[in-house]
Amino acid sequence: MKQYNIVIIGGGPAGLAAALSAKEHGIDDILILERDERLGGILNQCIHNGFGLHTFKEELTGPEYAERYIDKVLAAGIPYKLNATVADISPDKEVLYVTAEEGAVTVKADAVILAMGCRERPRGALGLPGFRQAGVYTAGTAQRLMNIEGYMVGKEAVILGSGDIGLIMARRMTLAGATVKAVAELMPYSGGLKRNIVQCLDDFGIPLLLSHTVTRIHGKERVTGVTLSQVGADRKPIPGTEEFYPCDTLLLSCGLLPENELSKTAGVKLDPVTGGAEVTDTLETSVPGIFSCGNVLHVHDLVDNVSKEAALAGQKAAEYVQNGCKAAEGAGIRLRGESGVRYTVPQSIVLAQADEKIVVRMRVGDVFRDKALVVYADGKELKRQKKRIMAPGEMEEVTLLRESLAPDTKEIVLRVEG
Amino acid sequence: MKHELTCIRCPIGCQLTVEVEGEAVTVTGNSCPRGAEYGKKEVTAPTRTVTGSVRVTGGELPLASVKTATDVPKEKVMDVMAEIRKCRVTAPVKIGDVVIADVAGTGADVVATRTIKAI
Ligand SMILES: Cc1cc2nc3c(=O)[nH]c(=O)nc-3n(C[C@H](O)[C@H](O)[C@H](O)COP(=O)(O)OP(=O)(O)OC[C@H]3O[C@@H](n4cnc5c(N)ncnc54)[C@H](O)[C@@H]3O)c2cc1C
Ligand code: SF4
Repeated sequence: MKQYNIVIIGGGPAGLAAALSAKEHGIDDILILERDERLGGILNQCIHNGFGLHTFKEELTGPEYAERYIDKVLAAGIPYKLNATVADISPDKEVLYVTAEEGAVTVKADAVILAMGCRERPRGALGLPGFRQAGVYTAGTAQRLMNIEGYMVGKEAVILGSGDIGLIMARRMTLAGATVKAVAELMPYSGGLKRNIVQCLDDFGIPLLLSHTVTRIHGKERVTGVTLSQVGADRKPIPGTEEFYPCDTLLLSCGLLPENELSKTAGVKLDPVTGGAEVTDTLETSVPGIFSCGNVLHVHDLVDNVSKEAALAGQKAAEYVQNGCKAAEGAGIRLRGESGVRYTVPQSIVLAQADEKIVVRMRVGDVFRDKALVVYADGKELKRQKKRIMAPGEMEEVTLLRESLAPDTKEIVLRVEG
Repeated sequence: MKHELTCIRCPIGCQLTVEVEGEAVTVTGNSCPRGAEYGKKEVTAPTRTVTGSVRVTGGELPLASVKTATDVPKEKVMDVMAEIRKCRVTAPVKIGDVVIADVAGTGADVVATRTIKAI
């Protein structure tokens, strides 16, 4: 069986940044496995701009951002395989992948980095009523059809869900000559970035209907329209508020789910809130030597954060290999969110191995104005960060200093406070 | 005149307050100089980057993604897009190649944002 120091599953921005960082930290024996026919992941279909302001200090489109990382990976001579789908990872880090030329191959890795990204919640998971008409797409599928395959998905559209991909697609379809009648959002706030609401809806006068949902899809062969209804505080449609919108296309942008089937077979413990692995401050999962980063760990809105997080995973995987594959020792400090903070990544900190600065990322469960993010260590206030605005669509970040944490700390709690 | 707007120069999306008094424009709420610049421009002469894709013949992919190399006036966005939709190019295309010069009389070039090899 072939042996590698580090095997990386997924060649999107997370996998690429992890590979580069592992290489910079002294590991040459790396293999990236990517199931698509090209590297770059989902960025290949995100042709709009707004990527990389933090990493490159300029505003790039998705493919440009991807190409910069791909060029660096090629220049560094890091080996990768395309059209290689990983089908299984065992707890002792044997990775089974399948390609047309090689068939099924098992390789052994000292360390594995999970970078499989996420996928969209499909129609079935949303329980939408109606026939299985043509003209209903997830927003990401529509994005791929339009931007990679050059296929126009429809002329008149309604979009359900105001996640970023839905907002981006509202503009994309408008610019391509289609009419977007409305974006309906079940929640009383949008799940997308503010800039996307401004740039993609307001610029074109597309209405954003908050607290609305699709209650019926009309048409037998192809969508002929949808009925939108207002929902109450219980998120249930309010009878009598139905309104018919004629359209030939319905795009669904109702959230992303980390793609963790493989992590489960490897025995990695998952966080029920993020849908991703539970990790320590080194991004190591519950299985020693298996690391996780990017959208497979938790859904990110900014690719810059994905690259940063993945670089840390690459570095820590390299250190794990160099230190003779020793897992972190000692019980970790548990991290937990409450009162508005839905989750934290990492979920634990192992002080003995922790870096000087520990970045904790999190999401809040509601829109909060002029509040503070407060960190408590065993009930004592450690840090208070004022925030003009926090929203579920925008990831928050707090940096903790290792030296500020007492060695016997048991639990760190993050809260939103007025 | 007081304008409340969201800075879109980067995904952070700071809430800006732009006050216009005659010639003087003051911006508050920005976290960096780009925000001040955006706030001023958005109330006086708004501009946007336009992204899209053009048909490619003889390439590994049927489309090349493109963008305006510099921002164009907001009211020109649809004219720019109409030219992008009509544009056809032949592979190979290299990232940064100019596919339309001076699009819709805006002075901005439309450039490729990905490399497409010829087949
Ligand atoms: C449809 C969609 C649209 C998005 N649009 C935007 C946007 O407009 N702007 C933005 O900032 N962010 C967007 N995002 C978020 C975006 O995903 C992240 O910014 C970033 O691309 C995440 O990087 P990643 O490497 O974690 O995941 P990805 O880019 O998804 O890369 C994961 C890679 O792993 C590969 N893979 C998965 N499973 C396997 C397997 N079993 N074997 C081998 N390879 C595998 C996949 O093929 C893929 O190439 C979007 C996400 C989705 C799903
Ligand atoms: S002011 Fe600066 S940091 Fe804030 S959104 Fe604008 S560009 Fe981004």
